[in-house]
Amino acid sequence: MTRRIRLAALVAAAVAVPAALSGCAASNGATADQDKVSIVGFSVLKSANEPIISAFEKTDAGKDVSFTTSYGASGDQARAVIGGLHADEVHLSLEPDMTKLVDSGDVDKNWNQNATHGILTDSVVVFLVRKGNPLGIKTWEDLVKPGVKVITPNPESSGSAKWNILAAWAHGEHAPGGSDAKAKSFVTDLLHHTIAMPGSGADALASFLAGNGDVLLAYENDSIEARASGEDVDYVIPDDTLLIQNPAAVTTDASPAAKDFLKLQLSNEGQALYAKAGFRPVVDGVKADVPGVETPGDPYPEVKNLYTLDKDFGGWSQADPKFFDDDNGIITKIISGLKIGS
Amino acid sequence: MVELTAPVKWTVRLAAVGYVFLLVGWPVVTLVQHAFAGGLDSFRAAFADPDVSHSLVVTVEISLWAVAINTVFGVGMALLLVRHEFPGKRLLSAFIDLPMSMSPVVIGLALLLVYNGRDGWFGPTLEAHGLVVIFNSPGMIMATCFVALPLVVREVIPVLEEVGDDQEQAARSLGANAAQVLRRITLPAIKWAVVYGVVLTLARSLGEFGALKIVSGNLTGQTQTAPLVVEQKYNNFAQGEAYAVSFVLVLISVLCILVVSLLRPKESQP
Amino acid sequence: MSTAVLSQDTRAVGRGRPGVRSTLTAGSSLGLGVAMVWFSLLVLIPLAAIVATAGDDGWHGYVDTLTNPQSWAAIKLTVGQALLVTGVNIVMGTMIAWVLVRDRFWGKRLLDLVIDIPFAMPTIVAGLVLLGLYGPKSPLGINVSNERASVTLALAFVTLPFIVRTVQPVLAELEADVEEAAASLGAGQLTVLRRIVLPSIVPAIAAGAALSFARAISEYGSLVLLSGMLPYHTEVVSVRVLSFIEGGDRTSAAALATIMLGVALAVIFALDVLQRRVARRG
Repeated sequence: MTRRIRLAALVAAAVAVPAALSGCAASNGATADQDKVSIVGFSVLKSANEPIISAFEKTDAGKDVSFTTSYGASGDQARAVIGGLHADEVHLSLEPDMTKLVDSGDVDKNWNQNATHGILTDSVVVFLVRKGNPLGIKTWEDLVKPGVKVITPNPESSGSAKWNILAAWAHGEHAPGGSDAKAKSFVTDLLHHTIAMPGSGADALASFLAGNGDVLLAYENDSIEARASGEDVDYVIPDDTLLIQNPAAVTTDASPAAKDFLKLQLSNEGQALYAKAGFRPVVDGVKADVPGVETPGDPYPEVKNLYTLDKDFGGWSQADPKFFDDDNGIITKIISGLKIGS
Repeated sequence: MVELTAPVKWTVRLAAVGYVFLLVGWPVVTLVQHAFAGGLDSFRAAFADPDVSHSLVVTVEISLWAVAINTVFGVGMALLLVRHEFPGKRLLSAFIDLPMSMSPVVIGLALLLVYNGRDGWFGPTLEAHGLVVIFNSPGMIMATCFVALPLVVREVIPVLEEVGDDQEQAARSLGANAAQVLRRITLPAIKWAVVYGVVLTLARSLGEFGALKIVSGNLTGQTQTAPLVVEQKYNNFAQGEAYAVSFVLVLISVLCILVVSLLRPKESQP
Repeated sequence: MSTAVLSQDTRAVGRGRPGVRSTLTAGSSLGLGVAMVWFSLLVLIPLAAIVATAGDDGWHGYVDTLTNPQSWAAIKLTVGQALLVTGVNIVMGTMIAWVLVRDRFWGKRLLDLVIDIPFAMPTIVAGLVLLGLYGPKSPLGINVSNERASVTLALAFVTLPFIVRTVQPVLAELEADVEEAAASLGAGQLTVLRRIVLPSIVPAIAAGAALSFARAISEYGSLVLLSGMLPYHTEVVSVRVLSFIEGGDRTSAAALATIMLGVALAVIFALDVLQRRVARRG
């Protein structure tokens, strides 16, 4: 008799509890609302956005606004929005992901007609090394010295990984004595030194922090945050590296509050808060104390040779297919020709 | 029963215990170590974050729905497969096993292709009638049901086969109708198989990660589940909190399994 | 636990004649109907969507996927590792089941509980703890991260319970008489094990092996941090599928997924046939 009661109780609980919990049911707000802002962004923005959201909520425009957020790999997020995930603002890792949203009609084609050409945060590609830089890594050529173990995320499964690979290519092509052929052989050499190609920048960082490899091709903002969180790492900014530009835009059915929020993010105040999270400001005149930087007095040392997608690659619309096309992309072919350990 | 000679007995014993210890036991100990590294600090920090507590509620809610649905489906399917003949039975039986062999990535993609609100097969029509599946609870419940589908069925079928239908036939010949036979003869006979299947389903559901990553949208404080929070915390340099939440998830499942194994009559002891 | 694949003896209530006929009553037909509707909405139609998407390019999709050297390397690695791990599980799983049923020692209950833990762990957590113990910061000095051995390790972890749990109940049900008779006739322990015990548990081992294989080829979460996912070296099929999805190439992703489904079905059916053949002889 008691066993039957126990079984009945189990079943009853299984049905009653969800009914009781349906008050806090998982749901998403599916319509654009005056007082709601839904942000869909790439992973590392979670901690970066929190102070800016708080700042916004203190303003008149932001008084009664409620925020929904979703953070994940840039490509995943873009696909989710295309697949119907509601967003008022999208803040992605690289322009091609934004272009996908323009193509699907979620973002207006004039999204980048503003003072910063649509870019909200900047960073640069750096080398993340163990504390004290035991191997003395300073330049790109140091990465391909014998025995050096490199980690970089896989550009095939991570959009933001493309920054790292293109930075390596830019070095091979534009450094003194460089050329297309040199770039190809340098990237090939680099990939031969690569011991892990995780599926996202965040996983690559986690793998490096767990003790794998000697050097991680990383983003400066991630590296700064890692150091600010107490990790035993240092980062090296090589003399020549690539500028990382993260685009952001409001969607076609965005709430008015979202537009106000974007204004705040682009203002000096917003940029200073992003600077604290390790990003490089996209507007002039921003000063901030940035925890975790290598050189506290000079948080963003000038890079002698700063490559950009527009200047050195003809923009993403040219570079993305040229390097990363599924069948004919230069990088795609290099990776599929590697045959490491097979 | 064959009695193994002492050296063989000890070798087998050590090999078995050693293997399980090195493969599972010790890693679990390190989970506990990391979770309690700062005493209860990680737990306090984790549970002070409203996103964490909400994610646990979401996870439990989704899991309980999946358990309820899969139990009804599982018991019903088992009864149909064991007690009846119909064309296509073997094929159906093999297809029920299929979710075990599908990568969570593929499962998420499959559900997305059919139910997403933009260009899914059914999604737009459903959303036009107010039922949002993807990036919402129904989609998450479906994904969880999918990954755990075979568990109850597979526990119940061998017991049903073994128990045989003599008692059921006898009851029927004495005038009992189908519902009475079900309630009084069949269900009590398979009770423990069902309970074990329920517990396995619950454990599997609480831990689902890959498929939910795709169909939930990972909306902080809304559709983000506990395993997704673990990943986010780990990637945001809050490893302690990640381990704390992981510990809680594992603990819930282990407790359920433990309770069942303690309550179950010791039929497997020689 | 044993597979949903049915045993030889399953026959309909009250009917003795073989052959495919329906013995469904009105009530059970309704039940079957409802179950099938749910099953279709949940599994069959989404599966059809995958196969349909794979076929967007006709046969090209499949051929291109199989001839792509990186994808082919991923398939070889995944299937190879799954077979390896299944082999290990057959040996270790049977031994563990033996110990659980036939042995007595302090802590046996604990062993029984620990075996179910891979089920209780989210795969991402499994990866984290394996990385801590068998990665660069290993207290044991064993570092398999980014090596092929890490894939074997992760797969062994997640598939541990399967064969153990299918063999355990069968071993428990075995009657002692036959073994004792053989022993009294002078058969040594090896002979008894080989000739009497083993044949009885082979169907259970086969069922568990099918599950172990199926689970192994689909694993993803625990490999994320541990294996390094290096193309041609430690990149499994799930990762390759994800890459295709990321690149917007749903067709190749679906084609690869369909190929793996085919492999899984083939192994499940093969083991089912094996099971029936042994059961018929036994």
